[in-house]
Amino acid sequence: MNIFIILGMGAAVGFLSGMFGVGGGFLITPLLIFYNIPPIVAVATGANQVVASSISGALSHFRRGTLDVKLGTVLLFGGLAGATVGIWIFSLLRSVGQLDLVISLLYVVLLGTVGILMLLESIRALRRAANNQPVSLRRPGQHSWVHRLPLKMRFKKSKIYLSVIPVIGLGFGIGILTSIMGVGGGFIMVPAMIYLLRIPTNVVVGTSLFQIIFVTAYTTMMQATTNYSVDIVLAFILMVAGVIGAQYGVRVGQKLRGEQLRALLALLVLAVGARLAVDLVVTPADVYSVVSEGVYR
Amino acid sequence: MRAVAALLLALGLVFPAAAQVLEDKPVEFPEKLEIGISTDEIAISSDFRGADLTIFGAIEGYDPSLLAQRKYDIVVALEGPKDNNTVRVKERVFGIWINRRSMTFELVPESYSLSSTRDVETIAEPPVLNGVGVGIQHIRLSPIGYVGDGSTITEFREAFRRLKESGGFYQRDPGGVQFISASLFKATVKLPASVPNGTHVVRAHLFRDGVFIAEKALPLRVMKTGIEQMISNAAYNNALAYGAFSVLLAVLTGWLASIVFRKD
Repeated sequence: MNIFIILGMGAAVGFLSGMFGVGGGFLITPLLIFYNIPPIVAVATGANQVVASSISGALSHFRRGTLDVKLGTVLLFGGLAGATVGIWIFSLLRSVGQLDLVISLLYVVLLGTVGILMLLESIRALRRAANNQPVSLRRPGQHSWVHRLPLKMRFKKSKIYLSVIPVIGLGFGIGILTSIMGVGGGFIMVPAMIYLLRIPTNVVVGTSLFQIIFVTAYTTMMQATTNYSVDIVLAFILMVAGVIGAQYGVRVGQKLRGEQLRALLALLVLAVGARLAVDLVVTPADVYSVVSEGVYR
Repeated sequence: MRAVAALLLALGLVFPAAAQVLEDKPVEFPEKLEIGISTDEIAISSDFRGADLTIFGAIEGYDPSLLAQRKYDIVVALEGPKDNNTVRVKERVFGIWINRRSMTFELVPESYSLSSTRDVETIAEPPVLNGVGVGIQHIRLSPIGYVGDGSTITEFREAFRRLKESGGFYQRDPGGVQFISASLFKATVKLPASVPNGTHVVRAHLFRDGVFIAEKALPLRVMKTGIEQMISNAAYNNALAYGAFSVLLAVLTGWLASIVFRKD
């Protein structure tokens, strides 16, 4: 393991995450896998790294008052339950030898979907800019089935009256992804909160970061105690490089045109997904593998 | 095969002791094996790139005429800590390579370094070597659980040996044992760079003309030292504290970054 490659990886992903305001966990874990870090370690270490990258963002949202702690806590209930189930699935997959496969498959699906959606979005934005059309941020505020669910709760900061069922359900799903894939899940949670739950955009990012911190911290603890797969040195190098890279990313992102960059990030995400997909299909050098069970360690 | 059997029979007639092995009751051989190593504990630092371990030994109560004819063979094995190992094989399903079949072998050494007076396969017949469990091809690989009609055991055993050898965990040195005087010998076994932490066993075997005579084993503790091993030990032995510290480190890093790079 070369420390400079890990530093470069962390800085590059940090830079991108600062530039685009994404967590970066969904790029760190596949990059670590490409660098021959065992997927089980890459996932657990990725979750640990996300704790660090989310904290500074959540703190600044908290200072600005764009973080709904009550909404975040309800999300968190779902998230912790999801992470617990996810860790259980993770251990089960590991014992039957399908963990690496499932991690890769989930990443291919996730990166493929996110990449295509981002690419389409940025192409649409580029067209709009070319035609000088105004950008409409908010869709018409129709009430969907989500808003007819029972167990409603008032979230003062978000100025919303919402059933806790879809909130907990969303947190639960993201919690499973966090523990199996080592991602924060903000790139799914943020659009879901805006378009599905119709939570005001200004509190969405801060609130999702709040829940991500605790779910990734919990996942790190669970991975460390059940699978012993957190590499603290690797995580620390990634964290330090990541938070520094993010600062420069933010500055560059403020100066450059967003749409082209977003299209580039979409292509990068698709390329990473494609590489994982190719590794699944190409005939492996050796179809046999041996693993020590670690029972008598 | 018949020729070999005839040869064995002939040898058995010449050396009655060999024929007695076939009987159930234990046979008392006059020969005894003694070995010694300079330490029962090896500390390995993180920049360890592999080393040789020398074991000295002597055959006691040997037959001088047999020794002169080079009828004695010695095999020394350094067996690593044992654990269950699972071999898996990938098959193509809808275009994707998926682990389909597997077999778990009970308590096999993580590492195995063999040193002998000559190629182990020529020292004794396979059944003898299998019985003693010495030699990479003859280590006991007993599958756990349901193995069907057992037709795949050979396939998985071969894959296991091949993977362990190509990974450098299993090694052999057919000329590693040398006699330095009439009955005194020196065996060199290799400690690979990836030598596992834990209690290893140095196991020496004495063969007389293809017959297993005596065995002597000594424990050898391999202790990895240095910061990397300390971290690894903490991860396994104090998992809760290790996890909590990982989280704390991340929180501090994120918090410090938000202070250092604060814009207002």
